[in-house]
Formats: sequence, C-alpha cells, structure tokens
Amino acid sequence: MTAMAEQTWVAVCRTDAVPRAYGVAALLENGEQVAIFRTEDDEFYGLSNLDPFSGAAVLSRGIIGDTGGVPVVASPIYKQQFELRTGRCLDDDTVCVATYPVRVIDGVVHVGSP
Amino acid sequence: MSRTLVVVGHGMVAHRLVEAVRSDDVDGTWRIVVIGEEARPAYDRVALTSYVDTWDPEDLALPGSTYAGDGNVELRLGDPVVAVDREAKRVTTASGRVQPYDALVLATGSRPFVPPVPGHDLPGCFVYRTIEDLDDIRDAVERARHGRGRPAAAVVGGGLLGLEAAKALRDMGLSPHVVEMAPRLMPLQVDEGGGSLLRRLITDLDVTVHTGTSTDAIEADRGRLVAKLGNGTELDIDLLVFSAGVRPRDDLARDCGLDVGERGGVLVDATCRTSDPDVFAIGECAALEGRVYGLVAPGYSMAEVAAATLLGKEASFPGADTSTKLKLMGVDVASFGDAHAVTEGALEVVFNDAVSGSYKKLVVSDDAGTLLGGVLVGDASEYNLLRPLVGNTLPTEPAALIAPAGGGDAAVGVDALPDEAQICSCNAVTKGAIVHAVTEEGCDSVPKIKACTRAGTSCGSCVPMLGKLLNACGVEQSKAVCEHFPQSRAELFEIIRATRVTTFSELITKHGKGKGCAICKPAVASILATLGNGHILGGEQATLQDTNDKFLANMQRNGTYSVVPRIPGGEITPDKLIVIGEVAKEFGLYTKITGGQRIDLFGATVDQLPLIWRKLVDAGFESGHAYGKALRTVKSCVGTTWCRYGQQDSVGLAVELELRYRGLRSPHKLKSAVSGCARECAEARSKDFGIIATEQGWNLYVGGNGGAIPRHADLLVSDVDTETLIKIIDRFLMFYVRTADRLQRTAPWVEEMEGGLDHLRAVIVDDSLGICAELEEAMAEHVAGYRDEWKGVLEDPEKLARFTSFVNAPGTPDPTISFRTEREQKVPVMLGVPEVVSR
Ligand SMILES: Cc1cc2nc3c(=O)[nH]c(=O)nc-3n(C[C@H](O)[C@H](O)[C@H](O)COP(=O)(O)OP(=O)(O)OC[C@H]3O[C@@H](n4cnc5c(N)ncnc54)[C@H](O)[C@@H]3O)c2cc1C
Ligand code: SF4
Ligand code: FES
Repeated sequence: MTAMAEQTWVAVCRTDAVPRAYGVAALLENGEQVAIFRTEDDEFYGLSNLDPFSGAAVLSRGIIGDTGGVPVVASPIYKQQFELRTGRCLDDDTVCVATYPVRVIDGVVHVGSP
Repeated sequence: MSRTLVVVGHGMVAHRLVEAVRSDDVDGTWRIVVIGEEARPAYDRVALTSYVDTWDPEDLALPGSTYAGDGNVELRLGDPVVAVDREAKRVTTASGRVQPYDALVLATGSRPFVPPVPGHDLPGCFVYRTIEDLDDIRDAVERARHGRGRPAAAVVGGGLLGLEAAKALRDMGLSPHVVEMAPRLMPLQVDEGGGSLLRRLITDLDVTVHTGTSTDAIEADRGRLVAKLGNGTELDIDLLVFSAGVRPRDDLARDCGLDVGERGGVLVDATCRTSDPDVFAIGECAALEGRVYGLVAPGYSMAEVAAATLLGKEASFPGADTSTKLKLMGVDVASFGDAHAVTEGALEVVFNDAVSGSYKKLVVSDDAGTLLGGVLVGDASEYNLLRPLVGNTLPTEPAALIAPAGGGDAAVGVDALPDEAQICSCNAVTKGAIVHAVTEEGCDSVPKIKACTRAGTSCGSCVPMLGKLLNACGVEQSKAVCEHFPQSRAELFEIIRATRVTTFSELITKHGKGKGCAICKPAVASILATLGNGHILGGEQATLQDTNDKFLANMQRNGTYSVVPRIPGGEITPDKLIVIGEVAKEFGLYTKITGGQRIDLFGATVDQLPLIWRKLVDAGFESGHAYGKALRTVKSCVGTTWCRYGQQDSVGLAVELELRYRGLRSPHKLKSAVSGCARECAEARSKDFGIIATEQGWNLYVGGNGGAIPRHADLLVSDVDTETLIKIIDRFLMFYVRTADRLQRTAPWVEEMEGGLDHLRAVIVDDSLGICAELEEAMAEHVAGYRDEWKGVLEDPEKLARFTSFVNAPGTPDPTISFRTEREQKVPVMLGVPEVVSR
C-alpha cells in the first residue's frame, strides 16, 4: 500500500469484488487497463493488464502465487511470470510491465497513476 | 558425379544400411537403388509374432523405411534380383530390368529351412518368416475352424523361432504341439537345467512339447494332416509350421562365383567385403569370417561397418553379442555370453527354484573372478545388469548375483559396470557413451539419451538401465510437482483422497510450502474436481483454475474465448444445428468444425459468455469441456446405423461413452473414438482409448496419441461385450487419473509404466492389485455426480459476476479487442502489433 503525496487516485471497486488470490481488471479514464490483484495476505497490487508477450489485455486473469516467497502472476496466455511488486518478468529480464499504486480506504480499492 | 550403390533385399539390415549411408553421406556421393523381393518396405521381423495382435502391417513398420522425400534413394519392391554380372557390374531382376552398380550390397537374409521329410510340401504346411506367411497361416486356421472339431496345429522346431510360431498359434486360439529333435527346447540358448524348466512352464501354457524326436513324415488325411514322429506318436492336425532353423540366401553369390562359407553364407571379411571388392554382404546372408549370425544386432553392426567402408572410413566388425532375452508366452528366457560353459576351466553357479519356477546359471572363469555368460529362465530380471558384465571382473561373489531377493538384490548396481560394458546391444551403445551423453551433452532424461545415443530405440529392453544410469550420474528425475510440493501428482492424489482434504489452502499448509503457483494450483484443482468437490468455480477453487477453466471457455490469442457445446458422438439434430448457427450469427462468432466432430464458436468476450450459454443451455446443450483437462469427445463413424460394412453400433456406443465420462477431470485431455469395423474410419487408434467393432464385440485399444508425438494405441482386450468393455474403460480411466503425472497423456503414461502394457493389463483386466472394484466404484460416483458446469454458472449470481471485462465498468467491452474480416468471417486483429497484409 504505497501512497505518494501528489498522486491522483480513482476508486474502482469494493475490496470484496476482488476475491483472495484472484485478479480483476479496471478501465481508467485514459483507456489504460489495470490488473488489480489481491494476495492471500490481503495485499493489493496493480499491474498493466496488457500482456507484453501476446499483446492481449489479460494479465488480470492469470494465476497468482509465489516463487521463493515473492508474489507473482502467471500470464494466462504463455505462462511467463511477473512480479506483482515490480512488474519484472521472471522469465525474460528485458521485459517489465508497468506497475500502478493501489490503496484501500474504508473497504474501497483505489488505483493511482503509475 | 555420384556413384550408384545397389542394395539387394530390403529387410531390417538393408534398411539400417541405407539409413547409415544417408545420415553420413551429406554430399550425396552415393545414389542408392534398393531392390527388394517382398512387396512391402522393410518391417520389424523381430516383432513378427505381434502381428497376430492386430493383423495390421502398419504396426510392424520401421520408421523412415520408405525414404519418402529423399531424392537420393530409390526403392523398387516386389521384383527380386535374379542375376549378378560382376564383369559388367550390373544386376538383372525377375521382370528383366537391368540396373548397373558401382558398389553392390547383398542383404538377402535367409530362408526358413524345411527338412526334406515326405509330405513337407503338402497344402497345410507353412513356414514362418514374413507377414504373408502369417496371413496364410491365419487363413488356414480360419478354414480349420469351419471344419470338424477344434483346429489343431504342430510346429516343427523348438528353438527360438519355433516357440515364436507356437506363440502366434496360441494367440490365434490354438493349443499347438512343438516337436524338437534335441533333448530340450531352445537347445542353442539354454542348457539342460534351463530347458527342463522351460518345458514345464511352456507346457503349463497349453502347448504340448515333444523333445528328442524327429518328424518322419507328413500325410494327408481327409482334408487334414497326420504328422508321424520318430517316437511313434501320430499328431492329427490341420496345419503344420516348419521352424527348424534358417539357411542363408547365398544363391546369387554362388551363381556369380563369389566365395561362400563352409556352411553357407556369402563369405565376407571384417569390413563386410566379399571376394569381389565392389560387392558387400551383410545381415543373415553373410558369413563373416565364416560365421553366420541369425540375430538382428550383429546384422546392424555389419550394416554400420559396410556403410562406413563405402564412405571411405576405417571400420571393422566389432564382434557380435549373441545374447538373447525373450518373453515367450509370458515366460522370460535369457542367455548371454558363453551360456554352455565351453571356455576351458569354466565354472558354473546354478540356482534352481522349481517352486517359484526360476532357473539361473552363471558361467564364470576358473578363478571365479570373471563373468563369462549365463542362462536365466522364468525370471530374467537380472539380465540387464549381468549381460554388460560379461568379460568383466565380478563385483561380488557369483552366487550373490543370482540369489533370490534379499540376498543379492542390492549387491550389484550400474556403478559396478565398466565403461566398455554394452548397455544397449541392439545399437552397440556402451555405458561410457551414455554417461558421456548425460554428463557432457546435457541429456537429462531418457528420451534425450535415446535421441542422442540411439540406445533404447530398438527392442527397448535396455530402457530401464538408461534410467538407472541417469540416477547414477546424479541426474535426479524429480517427480516433485513444483517448488511448493515435493510430492508427485500421483502422491498428491493419494493424500487428497485418503485424508479427504477439500481445499488447496489446507493441502499446502499441511503438505507443501509457500502460496502455490500456476503449476500446482491447476494440478490440485483437477484432483479436487476428479474427487467431486462441487463446482470448479465455487469459492477458493475459482482461484486455482488454469486460463481456460477459469472462464469455462478456451482463451484465444487476443484474449477472447471460443465456445464448444457438447455434441456426443458427433451426432446432432438439424434443430440443434440451427440453434448453433443462430447463436453464432447473433453474437458475430467465427465458426469452425473441429477434428472432434463438433463446432467451435470463436471471438466471444468474457461478458458475452454467459449470454451465449444462456441460449445454448435453453436449447438443451451443455458444456463440451473443450477448455478442460478432461474428456473431450468420443468420435464415431456411422457404423451399423448406415454403413454397409458396420459390425456394431459405433454411434450408439460413442454417445454412451461420451455421456458416461463427460466432465471427468484428468491429468491431461482425454480423447476417444469408436469405429464400426476394422476399416477404422473414426481413427480410434490415435486416441487415448479407442474402440473398434469386431464380429463378436469390441476391441479396446489404449494409449494412442495424435499431436506432436503420434502413437498408435495398443490392443488391451479383444472381442469383449459392451458391459465388459465399459467396466475396463472405467478402470483404465480411473487408474490413469490416479497415477499419471501432471500433463502426462495416456501414451507416455503406459510407456513409462514399469512393466508397460502387460502390467497395465494385469492391474485393470486381471485385477492383480485387487483395486478394480474400487476403481469402478469411483467411476460410478463420478457418473452419478456429474452436473453441467455452465448450467451451474447461470444459476449462481456470484459466479456470473466474475464474467465481466472491468470491475469498474461492467458491460463495457475490452477496447483493445478488434476484428477484421477474412473469408467472410471475423478474425482477431492485435493492437500494437502492426498488421502485415499478405495476399
Ligand atoms: C519370428 C521371428 C522372430 C525373430 N526374433 C528375433 C529376436 O528376438 N532377436 C533377434 O535378434 N532376431 C530375431 N529374429 C531374426 C531377425 O529377424 C533377423 O536376424 C533379421 O531380420 C535379419 O535381417 P536381414 O535384413 O539380414 O534379413 P531379412 O530380414 O530376411 O531380409 C532379407 C530381405 O531380402 C529379400 N531378398 C532375398 N533375396 C532377394 C533377391 N534376390 N532380390 C531381392 N530381395 C531379396 C527378402 O525377401 C527379405 O525381404 C527373428 C526372426 C523371425 C522370423
Ligand atoms: S469403420 Fe467400418 S463401419 Fe465405420 S464407417 Fe468405416 S467402414 Fe463403415
Ligand atoms: S538393447 Fe535393444 S534397444 Fe537397447
């Protein structure tokens, strides 16, 4: 739950719309899509929903888990893994997806600009 | 300019020669013309007896034996060479065709020896060497079935080939007699002690053995035959098969003046050259330094040597390993090295257990330090370790090597073998070469070793040794599912079943570590679903499902989905077809007929899926599980319903099977098909379980595969009725679902199973583990618990809510998805990926 001073935040949904160990997609005003993930431990993360390997907007539909304790999502198309915290691709270190800050206030999930 | 190599004969050895020349002759310096007498390309003669299982010559095919696509090889079949003119360097065939050569290879094999007893050429007398011989024998057996009494047959010759022939006759449902002149069966391979046990084991199998007696005459008797034996016995039979040894086919060589061996065979030196430097002879027709070899492995060595010599390399015959290991009618027989202890001063160590039916003998040097050979009958499990030890210092007391389990079991392992020990005798691959492949060339699995060294690619008997060598090299073939679970999938299945765990979180807390991943989550989800834990999108289970299962549809490359309603057996009414068409039209879906006889509708977005399924479910459709690792389809041909040739109702059975096993979650997808007769229009033998109708019932084949590594399914049971068939499929599927690895199709599952198909048959047909009732019960539970998954979603608002593109904008379609039109239907356009328009 990172919060920076001059962030603009948009409320996207209630926390219970994102089940544990699951992801959903949110559409921002500017047309960008954010994949919002909730881990088993109720941490929330935001990544660009666009899978860089296939070009499809699907990362929110991947399986969440961990490798060596680091939370990751696996792309549902070709199964590359991305770190939820940094967007780094674990299978190809030249690839990284954009991260979005996410915070929860009073049971509502907010997404900030990247 | 290329030179012409003419090969006479296209048997196993000739084929190996052509392969060896073609793989090394990169510049194509040789143009090869192969002239064969048999009308079909080289096939696996060693496995000839298995032809009786399926009567399908394709099953004996050798890979690459037609040289399709290789412009340097020309194969001319069905026209034997009748003369060689060494002066003019050309050969002439029976049809009069003349073919010049620069080099000539004779690979004419041998012919069965028929003793000149009176009556040997009567109708009803056969030999045993080619596919056609077996077809003729089958016809005779069929004819005899229509005569009076039970058909009877005799085999003359109790050696390796005679027992093979007896097995074939037994597989055709006969109880044959075997007549052998020597005092025991397999006199060449087995000693007296082994022979008497062999006789007992074979007699138990309904074969009558007559040893120490000749066959003096064969007489015709009212449409049947009487074989008169030297000991006075008269056998009343319908047919007789001669398997009394073979003779090299050296007539061409004799006629053109080449030297032949004292006991026949074209005389060649260690480079396989005959007395004419431009003519070579290899395989069973050759007498290498005077000796003729009747086994395929020495023939293959000769092929390699001749190929190398033709390409200007130094090579010579490495010496032959005449070891044999066979399973004759389920009886293990192995003989290796100096089996008869003819070496001077050789000592014998014998272990004979008449009760358990096992005879083992080792022949060792006079100081008991070196292994010279041995004989194993009844249980030849030590063969793989002992044979490579021949000629080497023994790692332990000889008796310890063959003592029953407990004593010697652990005494000798692959570690004890020297590097020169030959592990794969078919392809002459040593332990050193395999270890090199593992440690230097990175082969970390049995398939990689096979590809790299060729070991294990022929008879397969050395494959277990390859696995042991991998382990010995410290390459662990870990069965762990992933970093979160040290167990194999089969172990997890047993844990979940026995402890009745119902959630992933409980399982990983108790038996794993971390949070799980995209490997273990779907694997556990599948096990939970097989064991019936409610809807796969219920509660936590939804978070475990793989890409397609998560939305009960197949995700395509642009993130849209395709929808496949079930059409059992491929049978559909016009009304239902119209519904599919209407749904496709309404939602603008691309439609395509699948290979599984149903219809795939492409281009649906997440939020459209429930709307589409509402219409389909209302019209009586249900999920086709095209998205799941589950039963896909049971294809069928029209069978007796329409076809002139149909023998059973293939559509009816396909529908029944598809409805029975629909929704069964398994380690990988499952496919099936039913054909109404042996013409096999439904391609059942490329399926995980395929059924082919026979006159009496059904034949069940298992472990077939299309895809990247195609494999024909193997016959598991034949001529069973529908009830038995379904019972056995129930057991097969449940056994597979419980014990296979993650993403392991049935083909590799059967192949890698210890004991292979025989073991599988023992477990699910003969119930050797006593689990059949339990497997059937588990299947009955599955059948009773089946619910349509899509109906389950439509009835539950919570599940329905997941089918939205955006949490904050439900109903807004994903703006990155767009389509264009191709051949009158829509296809995806990827944004950000610039489109190249071709055509
Ligand atoms: C039932 C059976 C079981 C066996 N089991 C085993 C086993 O377990 N282990 C083992 O090692 N070996 C076994 N063998 C032996 C093995 O099959 C042979 O060693 C091997 O096939 C020899 O190969 P080849 O190419 O030399 O001869 P073949 O396979 O006999 O091929 C020779 C070919 O040349 C053709 N030919 C002959 N003359 C001419 C001509 N003039 N012009 C054109 N073509 C000609 C023949 O028609 C034939 O097709 C078995 C054999 C049989 C029959
Ligand atoms: S497999 Fe036989 S019954 Fe079925 S369609 Fe073909 S020919 Fe007819
Ligand atoms: S020993 Fe036959 S394939 Fe290796």
